[in-house]
Amino acid sequence: MENLIVKHIVGQYELEEYSDILTIKTNKDSLLDVMGSLKNNKELDFAQLTDLCAIDYHTYGETEWGTKEATSTGYSRGIKPSSHGRIKFEDKASRIEIENRFCIAYHLLSISNNNRIRVKVYLSDEPPIIKSITSLWPAADWYEREAFDLFGILFEGHPDLRRLLSDYGFIGHPFRKDFPLIGNTQIRYDPNLKRIIQEPVSITPRVLVPKVIREEK
Amino acid sequence: MKEFKNFTMNFGPQHPAAHGVLRLVLQMEGEVIKSADPHIGLLHRATEKLAESKPYNQSIGYMDRLDYVSMMCNEHAYVLAIEKLLSIEIPERAKYIRVMFDEITRILNHLLWLGAHALDIGAMSVFLYAFREREDLMDCYEAVSGTRMHATYYRPGGVARDLPSKMPKYIKSKLKDKEQIKEQNYNREGSMLDFIDDFVSRFPSCIDEYENLLTDNRIWKQRTVGIGVVEPERAIELGFTGPMLRGSGIDWDLRKKQPYEVYDKMNFDIPVGKTGDSYDRYLVRMEELRQSNKIIQQCTQWLHNNPGPTMVDDAKVAPPSRDDMKVEMESLIHHFKLFTEGYCTPKGEVYTAVEAPKGEFGIYMISDGANKPFRLKIRAPGFPHLAALNEMCKDHMLSDVVTVIGTQDIVFGEIDR
Repeated sequence: MENLIVKHIVGQYELEEYSDILTIKTNKDSLLDVMGSLKNNKELDFAQLTDLCAIDYHTYGETEWGTKEATSTGYSRGIKPSSHGRIKFEDKASRIEIENRFCIAYHLLSISNNNRIRVKVYLSDEPPIIKSITSLWPAADWYEREAFDLFGILFEGHPDLRRLLSDYGFIGHPFRKDFPLIGNTQIRYDPNLKRIIQEPVSITPRVLVPKVIREEK
Repeated sequence: MKEFKNFTMNFGPQHPAAHGVLRLVLQMEGEVIKSADPHIGLLHRATEKLAESKPYNQSIGYMDRLDYVSMMCNEHAYVLAIEKLLSIEIPERAKYIRVMFDEITRILNHLLWLGAHALDIGAMSVFLYAFREREDLMDCYEAVSGTRMHATYYRPGGVARDLPSKMPKYIKSKLKDKEQIKEQNYNREGSMLDFIDDFVSRFPSCIDEYENLLTDNRIWKQRTVGIGVVEPERAIELGFTGPMLRGSGIDWDLRKKQPYEVYDKMNFDIPVGKTGDSYDRYLVRMEELRQSNKIIQQCTQWLHNNPGPTMVDDAKVAPPSRDDMKVEMESLIHHFKLFTEGYCTPKGEVYTAVEAPKGEFGIYMISDGANKPFRLKIRAPGFPHLAALNEMCKDHMLSDVVTVIGTQDIVFGEIDR
């Protein structure tokens, strides 16, 4: 499989480690070349786009459990609120700039060869922009709309980049790691105004288990 | 002649044939559809984001609520992903139980699909027949997990408990006397496996009943033959999986091609359609019911003869037994750690997919070494299907939209997630 890839792929790419299925990493300039060769080369023949997933690497590998040993002051002392489950609207950082903060992971399936491959592209800018692959796989249409809606990633060349899952008139990109889990606004019916109104969210974050990273032995 | 202009029509979100909360904006030319724009997300609960804030085991229950008519198949993909991250091998018996319940779930799903689809396009009685059999399978869910739908029965490392040795029985009530109750309990005298054996033996004749009502029915054929045709190459490009892909004539089933658990030991066939229209997809699903029945039969046979553990013996993943917990300090600590903090998975990312009744249900999970998934992406089979609704409905009549929604087997729990 790896040999086939090396033989037939067009454009810049490198193999990535840490994976269950063959994963290659490419950049946004070579994306269309790489994807085009994966789809159209008869020996590779990745005819189906199984999935397209956007990832926000903000807070990756950050633990909320600071203490290494038990303290006399108890459980909650160990908590550093950093995950989206614990932040509120006011806690939001003004602008987060991390290199390669966003990533798009494409999962391709070759039905004729019974093979899967994962292609990853990392993005750094704000707003992140990447070329659309709707011309190669029509299935990418809704997946890209979803990634735009939930992560704010722009797809250049997409025929109809509208929000897909969130409400009409929704502001923000809810699956980013700096978007609070409880949301920013809540909606209710106002009997005086006789219409639906939006107001700042009144519930408090309630995540019961801190994020813990234990070192592997 | 009077001139007619195109007009826009709104379909749903509150429409019985919309299978939940689908809003369609239709561009019509007379009664012919020129384009259909689905507006989805009315059932969006951000399952993926919720799962990122909870330890692994606490999200199993959310998986049931995705595709809420094929509950255990969703759980299956999720626990497989965790097991792959942790690299654990589950006991053989648990594998058979999972396969058996996957197929029970497939029958549950296809029966609901059959009833609802037939109801949508004008055949009332199939619904009542289909729900008669669903009732028995729901009782199996209840017997094994305590709930009739959202089971949370699969766990990383196996299944929550072994199959019960007794099937719950009906009890005497004001409405039913002793004789009637005895009659109702005729197949509940033995264990749950005996109950399933009885079901398996009579289910093929039930499928014959449904087919009697529909397969050669003139109205049924008029409503489904030639409606929503998808060419095989197009079906692949559009991301179709499951019966939607097989209906177009492509022989692709993850149970055969990328077998998981013990599917490679099972003897069953993959039905494939010819024309790729709604009628072929109906035939494919009917045959799948028969094949699922066959798989369940093979599983019960094995399970009768092979008792054994149903959960891995690893206290870091599986909770200790209640008895041990009461007397052993170590078990108590394990129990406490497991239910307060959970377990950490090694860094990495996995993609696991199962052949859910609707198609390929995949979980893409990224772990940064914590006790919660860093990112969880659910690949729902219905999502690309619904995305192709526009293409499938184009130049059909308004009433055919209902057929196409039905044939796609749309459930919003998984599409909106």
